[in-house]
Amino acid sequence: MHKIFTRSLVSSLVFLFTLTVSAVAKDVKAAFVYIGPTGDHGWTYQHDVGRKAVEAAGYETTYVEGVPESADAERVLRQLANSGHDVIFTTSFGYMNPTNKVAKEFPNVKFEHATGYKREHPNVSTYAARFYEGRAILGTIAGSMTKSNVIGYVASFPIPEVIRGINSFTLAAQKVNPNIKTKIVWAFTWYDPGKESEAAKALIDQGADIIAQHTDSTAIVQIAEKAGVYAFGQASDMDKFAPKAVLTSVENNWGPYYVERVKAVANGTWSQKDTWHGIGDGMVVISDLDSAIPSDLQKKVKKLQSDLASGKVHAFTGPIYDQKGNMMVAEGKTADDGMLAGMMTYVKGVEGDIPK
Amino acid sequence: MIIDINFVGLIITSIMASAVPLILASCGELITERSGVLNLGVEGMMIIGAISGFALMTVTGSLFIAVFGAMLAGVLISTIFAFLTQTLITNHVATGLALTIFGIGISAMIGKNFVGIPGKEFPVLFNSLKDTIPFLSPILFGHSIVFYFAFALPFFTNYFLKKTKIGLIVRAVGDSPESASNQGINVRLVRYACILYGGAMCGLAGAYLSMIYTPQWIENMTGGRGWIALALVVFSTWNPIKILIGAMIFGGLTIIQFHMQAMGVRIPVQFLTALPYIVTIVVLVVISRDSRKIRLSTPSSLGKSFYKDN
Repeated sequence: MHKIFTRSLVSSLVFLFTLTVSAVAKDVKAAFVYIGPTGDHGWTYQHDVGRKAVEAAGYETTYVEGVPESADAERVLRQLANSGHDVIFTTSFGYMNPTNKVAKEFPNVKFEHATGYKREHPNVSTYAARFYEGRAILGTIAGSMTKSNVIGYVASFPIPEVIRGINSFTLAAQKVNPNIKTKIVWAFTWYDPGKESEAAKALIDQGADIIAQHTDSTAIVQIAEKAGVYAFGQASDMDKFAPKAVLTSVENNWGPYYVERVKAVANGTWSQKDTWHGIGDGMVVISDLDSAIPSDLQKKVKKLQSDLASGKVHAFTGPIYDQKGNMMVAEGKTADDGMLAGMMTYVKGVEGDIPK
Repeated sequence: MIIDINFVGLIITSIMASAVPLILASCGELITERSGVLNLGVEGMMIIGAISGFALMTVTGSLFIAVFGAMLAGVLISTIFAFLTQTLITNHVATGLALTIFGIGISAMIGKNFVGIPGKEFPVLFNSLKDTIPFLSPILFGHSIVFYFAFALPFFTNYFLKKTKIGLIVRAVGDSPESASNQGINVRLVRYACILYGGAMCGLAGAYLSMIYTPQWIENMTGGRGWIALALVVFSTWNPIKILIGAMIFGGLTIIQFHMQAMGVRIPVQFLTALPYIVTIVVLVVISRDSRKIRLSTPSSLGKSFYKDN
């Protein structure tokens, strides 16, 4: 009896061992498609940091950078799917339709699309980060530290992701300083250092003493450094580009998610998912706070950070009104994910209209 | 909002800063075109200047070497154009377009290693006087040497073309290469020199972008400014002083638009982006209606190859 048991145990162990060996031995290749150059020190740079984490976990990866959100994207995706990649991460909103289109043609390849909402085929997942949580922290700092009560905000394109960021930032700033005004300038680009700096300069000339940005280059923090105003880093820690100006940065931390998903492909446990992680899950990281931030404000910010992480505080807690004074979120309620995902109206206190 | 005079001064300063690369490239191209050569490679030469300047600054740490290296790079790449169009007598338009494509490609290739590196601070002049006079001091003081050079350049160019013997020769070569040649002028040599000078100015314009305006290297960072500079030469009807005015208008469009946005005024961005080209077409239409004006302002042999030489 004892012998039989041992033998079965050994055989089952051997069986298990071969299973795991085959799982590890299955060469999973992951591909990443980037909108910008990996050296932008912003959006694409951080995705590439995530890719390197996948590589460090023992998987083969490739990437294609500077892929336009056009028919080119389809061609690149098809080529990656054809050349033996098992999972492809498409890291920009505009890849949404190409991703779904190519996913239909390659049902055995897994597709992971960042910041989109279309999952038309079972092999397409979407993932995004709750950057608005980070922007609530920036708003708190900006509202407390502005002297002119004018805060500049360089925005990229009028899409819900950006509007949500502006709203979250403004609501947080108003909470600590009801007199602030957020001035928005739309640069209509994600990445054009020349235009971004001209936009930042215009805001500084009009009295903004803190500049927030939702574009990807380091030009704005550099302009702020030169003009002697404060700014916040976008996507990665931009402190080294403007040590005096940068108060903190909101970092996008994709690595853990990427490793988890590639592992799931390797283990055969990958399934369609819609992921929206924030500070709590570590997808949104706040860089070190600059010493220019007074210590009591630092404490307040740290508290807010842990409250946002634990879910004790939600960045969109009522009462929230739109610009015309209509109630968006009732007192004591919080905005649900559906509302956040489709947010296309400014909250009260933001100046100007959303461009069409 | 009340618009105070200092604020207007700041806006004008921003506009002037954005006009610098346009003035440099246009004044260079103007000399080239005045000698009868149409070089559409301005964008390509600018981007080569931008990467060369930034790369040399990063590698050598010397701003002086970087600025002159960028100009030299512009000269070198325009030598290719000069050799093709003047010695091998290729078509100006096709060669110029090829130069732009070549420049964008090769700069991206060299630039791979320089992406994401912060630039160096470029020294500014008269910074201590910046707060002395309201309105005027931000406009006049606290800029880089390239800035002052750019605003003096149109006047020098004008003087050179109108008052000096060499300027007269350049114009003669551009208007009637045959007659100039008969007078014993080496047309090919003059055109070579004018092309190389244009290359140097475009290289400097590029270096201004990557070293002073937004001190970093980004692929394709000239962003169509070379094409605007080309349009500007036509807009100015080959008159350097009018380049100054045109560069302020063309360069100021985005800045004015951002300021209007911050003030809450909305204008369609696409319209403003197209405006320099629309204005140029309007100018072309206006001058081409009057044959006397064409003869007075356009170099007659512009873009035509010159075969005979002595």
